[in-house]
Parts: sequence; structure tokens; C-alpha cells
Amino acid sequence: MTQNSKMSIFLKGLIKENPVLVLMLGTCPTIAKSNNVFNALGLGLCTAIVLILSNMAISAMRKIIPDKVRIPCYILLIAGFVTLIQMLVHAYFDEMYERLGSFIALIVVNCIILGRAEMFASKNNIVDSMLDGAGMGLGFTGALLCIATIREVLGAGQFFGYDLPFFSTYHFPLLQKTFGGFLVFGIMIAIVTKLTAGKAPLKKDFACQGCPSAHLCHGECKEEKEVK
Amino acid sequence: MRDFFMIIFAAVFVNNYVLSKTLGICPFLGVSKKFNQAAGMGIAVVFVMVLATAVTWPIQTYVLAPLEIEYLQTIAFILVIAALVQFVEIVMKRHLPSLHGSLGVYLPLITTNCAVLDSALSNISEGYSFLHSIGNAFGGGVGFLLAMVLFAGVRSKIDQNENIPASFKGLPITLVAAAIVSLSFMAFMLK
Repeated sequence: MTQNSKMSIFLKGLIKENPVLVLMLGTCPTIAKSNNVFNALGLGLCTAIVLILSNMAISAMRKIIPDKVRIPCYILLIAGFVTLIQMLVHAYFDEMYERLGSFIALIVVNCIILGRAEMFASKNNIVDSMLDGAGMGLGFTGALLCIATIREVLGAGQFFGYDLPFFSTYHFPLLQKTFGGFLVFGIMIAIVTKLTAGKAPLKKDFACQGCPSAHLCHGECKEEKEVK
Repeated sequence: MRDFFMIIFAAVFVNNYVLSKTLGICPFLGVSKKFNQAAGMGIAVVFVMVLATAVTWPIQTYVLAPLEIEYLQTIAFILVIAALVQFVEIVMKRHLPSLHGSLGVYLPLITTNCAVLDSALSNISEGYSFLHSIGNAFGGGVGFLLAMVLFAGVRSKIDQNENIPASFKGLPITLVAAAIVSLSFMAFMLK
């Protein structure tokens, strides 16, 4: 592989196939923890680290893991890395641990991680998988930061906990609540759709593809539902 | 007994999984197109949540805590929940085909639903007793069901609307609608 294609594996996660805004993966933590920049950065980086490690491990073991039990194996590996990160964050960044709460443990069920394991790491070599994990992880962090910046500046009049001159007097506290999470995320996706003129590979029916268990049921659930 | 009902009420309305904790968004947005599907998914979530708590609470209390290996909580819970749901699905398919026909298709979808894992984890971190944990899980599931059913109604109106701007069609307008629906649950949060 040339240097160029390695770079494109890394870069595609950042913008072209951004996991949150284009692939529509990992919506739950995006909405829940984008209320301020501190939380977004913490959760984004934790997820990125888990994603890089799990992609590398899964890629390294892709020839050993039997195909039929691959999903439980992946979940076990991912859960191991999440536990590792959880303990490290608890030990060294206690404030972040308190603020993210159960969301660090919930990285296990983040669709992005299982999705990338299934779509990329199980088919590619270790270096490519690491680059893919880094790109996707930073893409996730970037998207979270965008949403969090809008919500924190307009919703609390602050940025990274510091008061801003104009916004601290005029802000809209509702954006800090769940309402703001749904609203800003929806508007962001609309903007992405507008900018790409609908060319981005938006999953129109992401009911199945967007869910981490889609691979467990191989889309059968969707077909059966449509029959009904 | 009063505590028990308080916990259920709080789990359904105040800490609603979808509209106030924003967990389980994938099925909430994905399977809420039709009322029947939304209700089926919601009932399956109630079932799995109660079952997951009924299994993970004893594991935490009688296995992980005495052996002082609480740090294995995440790994143990996710594996137990995933295995349990698969097991229930197989048993249901064999012995209760009619129930499997209506609920079974949703079961694999929620094995790794974040709301289910969070309910199992939060019962432990809140220090609930077994009965209270079951109440919390049941309430959480019912809250999810309520949100799904309410939103399926809203969504049927959106999908028929022709006046939505092109870039908002599909997911963005659904999210904006979810934002407005979540406002209705904020009334329970005000003190």
C-alpha cells in the first residue's frame, strides 16, 4: 500500500465517513454528553482510545476467531479495553469520571466500535485498522466537539467552563437539556445534508445498519418486519 | 412498598431512558415508524430489562462483590445479558412460537442496547435492593415503551407532511420532533 492510501484511510473517518454525522453511529452518547466541551472531549478521547485498541486487537486476531462466535469475541475484547480505560480514568482523571458517569462503561455498547470491528478491522491488517480507528475516533470527537461548542456557547454562555462576554448575559439554557441535544444534532445533520447536496452516503433506513446488533441478526429483523 | 412505586414512577417519567437520559436512541429512531413495531419493540425492552436485572443483580451481589472483583462488572454484565437474550430467543422460538413471532424479531436488536446495560449498571450504583432493582428496571422499560408509542404517533404525522425542507427530510426532522417531544417530559424534572 502506498503512503497516499494509508492517509486516506485515516482521513475518511474525519469528514467523508464521519461516524456521527454521516454514518449515524453512536447517537446516544452524542446527544447525552454533548452538553459541554469538557464532557465531549473526555468521552470522545476515551472512545477513540478504545476504538484504536479494539480495532488493533481484533485485526490481530481476525484469523484465529471463528466466524460463528465472532460477535461475542469482539464484545469481550471491547469490554476488556473499556474496563481498562474506566480504571485509568478513575485513577487519573477523577473529575471526568464523575461527570461522564456510566457513559464510560457504556462505550462497550457504542455502535461505532462494534461497527468498525465488523466492517473494517475484521478484514484489514493491523496498521490499517489502527489508522481507521484513529480516524473514526477523532471524527467522533470532532463531531461531539462541534455540537458541544454550539450547546455550551448558546446554552450556558461559556466555553470550556469560562464565561464568554456577550453570551453569558444572553443564553438559552434549554439547549443544555436533552431538548438541545436532539435539536442541535438534528440541525447539524440537516446542514451536512445541505452542504453535500444529499451526496453523503446517508443511511436512509438506518434502523438496522445503525444498531450494533444488526450483525447478530444479519438484517433478518428488518426483512421480517417489512413482511409484517 | 411506597418506595417501590416511587422508584417505578421516577423511572417511567422523571428519568425516562429515551427522552431524559437519551439512551437507546437507535431503536427509538429506527423502529418508531409504525405503531405496532414501536409497541412490540417497547414490550421486548421491558421484558429484557427486567430479565437482565433479575440475573445481573444476584451476580453482582453474590459473585462479584464477595470475591472483590467488581472491576469485572462491565465485562460480566454485557456477556451475561447477551448470552441470556440469545438463550431466551432460542427457547421462545422452540416452545412459544406465537410469542416469538411478535416479540422474537426485536430480541437480537436489544442485546446490546445501551439502555438495558445502563439499567443493570445503575441498579448497582444506586444501591437498590433486589425488589427495588426489579421495579427500576420495569419502570425504565415502561418509560421506553411510553416514549416509543408516543413518538410513533408524532412520526406518522411527520412522514405524511410534504412541507418539510429537503435538507431536513428524514432523520433531521425526526430528531427535531424528538427534541420537542422531550420537552413534554421536562415538566417532571422541574422542582
